Amino acid sequence: MKARVHVTLKSGVLDPQGKAIEHALGSLGFSGVGHVRQGKVIELDLVETDRAKAEASVDAMCKKLLANTVIENYAIELEG
Amino acid sequence: MRSAVIVFPGSNCDRDIAVALQQITGGPVHMVWHKETHLPDVDFIALPGGFSYGDYLRSGAMAARSPIMREVVSRASDGGPTLGVCNGFQVLTETGLLPGALMRNADLHFVCRDVGLRVENADSIFTNAYKAGQEITIPVAHHDGNYFADSETLDRLEGEGRVAFRYLDNPNGSARDIAGILNTKGNVLGMMPHPERLIEPAQSGFGGGTDGRRLFESLLNALVTA
Repeated sequence: MKARVHVTLKSGVLDPQGKAIEHALGSLGFSGVGHVRQGKVIELDLVETDRAKAEASVDAMCKKLLANTVIENYAIELEG
Repeated sequence: MRSAVIVFPGSNCDRDIAVALQQITGGPVHMVWHKETHLPDVDFIALPGGFSYGDYLRSGAMAARSPIMREVVSRASDGGPTLGVCNGFQVLTETGLLPGALMRNADLHFVCRDVGLRVENADSIFTNAYKAGQEITIPVAHHDGNYFADSETLDRLEGEGRVAFRYLDNPNGSARDIAGILNTKGNVLGMMPHPERLIEPAQSGFGGGTDGRRLFESLLNALVTA
């Protein structure tokens, strides 16, 4: 089973990189773009075949390492 | 006073802080590799600056989960004096020993220069050789020094006198100009500026002085007379 973890900054946490991307898009002529937020995607291959167990396990990974829940939110997608 | 300096792959201020500790405390300094699982019998632990694990995932995130950190967290939780400078501060927040997080500098620039700080708390084991309200100069060199915590946490830090240092001219966007914070018991300090980089006149090529020296003298006062 594949897991994809999306890690994003919590709303209310300033995202200077998102701001810089927004600014660059503006200077490239893309108008009407606002509130750009960036994050990261982490993909994992899991041996686990049980969906609920896989999700619980990835959730624990997120809390322990993959996300810093002081500043970040995470979302888990499972495939297969 | 016996010290341990934890060395991670990518630490680059470990020698500097070891020299500062040797010169000022006169005691032995053990360099402890991150893969070790036991700390020597020491009075003080330092987490140095640098770019542990290349800042992969988040600054300090991988280092905070390395084998030696279990022992560091356990000693620090039991009241063991522990200092994290720059990357060391990031590691301390990632372990949860200190609240909040250090984010990318607000203007996205790496900042490397002497900065002015105000000593907010001069009663700690790290700051007793300064005077409360004293303005000092210490260099910073970081990309991720923008201190963030929710307003409740910030209020608590301020209310409990746990803001040790504040920037006079905020170089990175840190909430409430915070440059360094203490844990509840006051035995753990994390700070972005590098006191070990201004301990002797030879280091103050830009006229910065030797204000970092007092931090190590504070430890000596507190830990040797204790």
